[in-house]
Amino acid sequence: MSHESVDMKDIQGIVRFGYSALTEACFLLLTVRDATAARAWLKSAAVTTAEKLSKPPDTALQVAFTRAGLEALGVDEDVLAGFSAEFLSGMAGEDSRSRRLGDTGANSPNSWRWGGPGKIPHVLVMVYAKPGLLDGWMRTIQGEKWNAAFTLTDCLPTSDLQGMEPFGFKDGLSQPSLDWERKRDPRGDELEYENLLSLGEFLLGYPNEYSKYTSRPLLPADAPFSSVLPVAEDEPGMRDFGCNGTFLVFRQLDQDVRGFWRFVNKASDSNPQERQQLAEAMVGRGMNGTPLVPVVSKPIAGIDPGTAATNQFTYTSDPDGVRCPFGAHIRRANPRTPDLPAENNLISRLGHMLGFGNPRYRDDVIASSRFHRIVRRGREYGEKLTPEDAIRDDPNSAEHGIHFIGLVGNILRQFEFVQNSWVMGTKFDALSDESDPLLGNRSPIAGREANAFSRPRETGLERRYEGLPQFVTVRGGAYFFLPSLSALRYLAMLGQH
Amino acid sequence: MTPQSNFMIMATVTPSRDAELRSVLAEMNHEPGVVNPENALVPFEQLDCVHFARFVILEDKTLDDIRVYGLPRVDLPTYLAFLGDMDGSVEDFFAELVHKAGDGLRNIFMHCDGFTAGTDLLLWIREHNVIPGASYVNWVGRTTRQIREESALRNALVRFAKDNSDSLRGVAPAGIRDRLKTFVAGEVQAGRLALTHPAPTPFMWQLRNLINLLGMPILLVILSPLLLLALPFVLILLRIAEKSDPEVAPRVDAGHADLLASIEDHDVTNQFSAMGSVKPGLFRRMVMIGVLTVIDYTARHIFNRGRLARVISIQFARWVFLDGKRRVYFASNYDGSLESYMDDFINKVAFGLNVVFSNGIGYPRTNWLVLNGAKDELTFKNYLRRHQLPTQVWYNAFPGLTALDKWRNALIREGIEKPSMTDSEIREWLRLI
Repeated sequence: MSHESVDMKDIQGIVRFGYSALTEACFLLLTVRDATAARAWLKSAAVTTAEKLSKPPDTALQVAFTRAGLEALGVDEDVLAGFSAEFLSGMAGEDSRSRRLGDTGANSPNSWRWGGPGKIPHVLVMVYAKPGLLDGWMRTIQGEKWNAAFTLTDCLPTSDLQGMEPFGFKDGLSQPSLDWERKRDPRGDELEYENLLSLGEFLLGYPNEYSKYTSRPLLPADAPFSSVLPVAEDEPGMRDFGCNGTFLVFRQLDQDVRGFWRFVNKASDSNPQERQQLAEAMVGRGMNGTPLVPVVSKPIAGIDPGTAATNQFTYTSDPDGVRCPFGAHIRRANPRTPDLPAENNLISRLGHMLGFGNPRYRDDVIASSRFHRIVRRGREYGEKLTPEDAIRDDPNSAEHGIHFIGLVGNILRQFEFVQNSWVMGTKFDALSDESDPLLGNRSPIAGREANAFSRPRETGLERRYEGLPQFVTVRGGAYFFLPSLSALRYLAMLGQH
Repeated sequence: MTPQSNFMIMATVTPSRDAELRSVLAEMNHEPGVVNPENALVPFEQLDCVHFARFVILEDKTLDDIRVYGLPRVDLPTYLAFLGDMDGSVEDFFAELVHKAGDGLRNIFMHCDGFTAGTDLLLWIREHNVIPGASYVNWVGRTTRQIREESALRNALVRFAKDNSDSLRGVAPAGIRDRLKTFVAGEVQAGRLALTHPAPTPFMWQLRNLINLLGMPILLVILSPLLLLALPFVLILLRIAEKSDPEVAPRVDAGHADLLASIEDHDVTNQFSAMGSVKPGLFRRMVMIGVLTVIDYTARHIFNRGRLARVISIQFARWVFLDGKRRVYFASNYDGSLESYMDDFINKVAFGLNVVFSNGIGYPRTNWLVLNGAKDELTFKNYLRRHQLPTQVWYNAFPGLTALDKWRNALIREGIEKPSMTDSEIREWLRLI
């Protein structure tokens, strides 16, 4: 298969880069006050692209829109109808979606600061800069049209915790690798976990892990202004509004750092060593990022040798969850499962496919990972708080948390599936009565508790912790579309005659 | 062992009483998607042998699809179906049903053609029971009584292990097991736990099962010359059909999708109901009959211990021919969300889905009957959602318990009752608790 190469200049940079050198960042939530002014601002906005520059940038600017935002800019309903149902409905659009995402009780959108009913932003402007440059860059990007164009509804600050998340763990270590070269041809069952994924999983307009193009808005070639859009690769008669764009899932997660460390401290009888071990068992990594299961020597496709020490592992060496509990956060979020747990010979594969043989009770119970991956670009907020300080009595109630930002080509199959079946799911990997030890909302389901955490032990009976309080509360969230540069140009042209 | 059986009482809804029927059924729920097990019409809680049951109105919104073959739409009736899965024989169950829910059922079936105040309910139910083309039971022989007792056993053991964690620390696996066995024996003695021995397997069921087990291969051998002769023609017909059959899988409208989603995920288990028309012509009908026969046979004799091929999440399923094999209704009770269910379909058993549903109008294009089809992810998901029906009333006797939970609890009980176990067996067993 020969494919056209990818035009990096058409893709917003956040898809390819985390901008880790740009340690200052701020996320602006806006509503469109005046569409003409907003389009004029968009036209002049210096949106950073995925192109690799000889000198990395000192600043970056990214722009994304909710459905309401696209409507406010004048995108046609016919065009919008090409988007997926979950984007159109929104993160908080349906009770059933909230139920699946665990956004009930304290997480209910009704009590969100933003993104809940009546508080849905139109535009997300993400501003990044090197230390000391953020304020100046903010002034630069706002320009003269800004005030006429937008009403600022929220400004979400971030803080630089040097790669740690607020609980004190190294974060962002595992990311899927994107097949920018377009060499991947994912056909047939994969018998080993791989970390290199088809572009279409994270960018619209390209084949995904099913070798299919995810549906997205396509415009007839004669539609107004559509000539600025690339031609749809799978339908050459159409122009592709989605191509080189993706969906951006944003969730503001308030982390109760004091509550977390106080709980694990109490559960460990205030023994600092045991306390840390329990916290690490909940996460699935050491605080420094070392995985709890040993790394393997055999390379895994899509895992850079430079990150082998933190990432070159699967859970096949730990089938009983003795090293890394089944319910640990990172084991839930990415169980690193292949398509088919079989040997590479035809008989074994056929046997597994048909479910012959005598599979044991816990064999083959988790879905294949590669259809459920997320590129994470989150940023922390709040001051650093060490475990020692967190357990100390202190009335200081300053908020800590993370602005979770996930990029996916299919919100339902990737973000919502992971959140529902793996993170919130009380039955993940044959567990019962427990959800993610960090993210779980602890709401009972069907009369059964969801607040336990179990640590299997070599010797037999597992260590079971009960009554985990909620450590993470959702404060806001929305589904955004992160358009390509050409789609941004298209948006800027709407309304012209 | 007490085998499971199923029932599906089906009757045509009187069009003028459709709306009234829906509101009567809605009264059986606390809220949409959440049944009141003690409702006044069918008090499910009193029907001890029932695993799952549902009332669903089989209203087919895809009858126009046949037009893609240039054929006129046929207005097939809308049915009310009351179906469920239970332990023991259908006859015994019907008698119990009429006894415990007679008035309620009369109230409901009053909205159907041919049912009057003077109708003999038991007779009517028997006459309106539809036998499925194929059915699947996750674990043949696992009764509601067993599930109830083993769930209580596990809960008691978890509590005991938690309360005695200090005194159990450092004890060797065999010693821990002895303590647990002693505890369980005491609880059984005190009447707080029960571990009832399974009833003997009914002789007639064993005989029928054996006849089916041997009969099918014998029949196949006898027919094999014919089948071999027919095979090339079947393949040619199949390839012609596969290349020309149109797909009908537009995005479902938001209202339909939202309605379906609103009654899902109130429990860790969900219901699924779908219906559609078989592609016109004898060929597809014959393939469908053949495929369902194979599914029924393998479900009966091979996939009867926790898995349907690789799928662990289906507790009960059935495929039912309607209207002289013009249409098929599919019903299942599955663990997890619809998205994870479809993920299983696509990634684990696409071949199985394809052989059945590719004989339905509009299914995504297959290749050699087993390839592609469901692997066309988004088209397949659209197709499925489009054919899915909202279930008006859904009862699950064990909310919060998945098929895997039930399997684990049975393994825990085995470990209590086994005369001896090795140390490594015990260690593995203890991890289940």
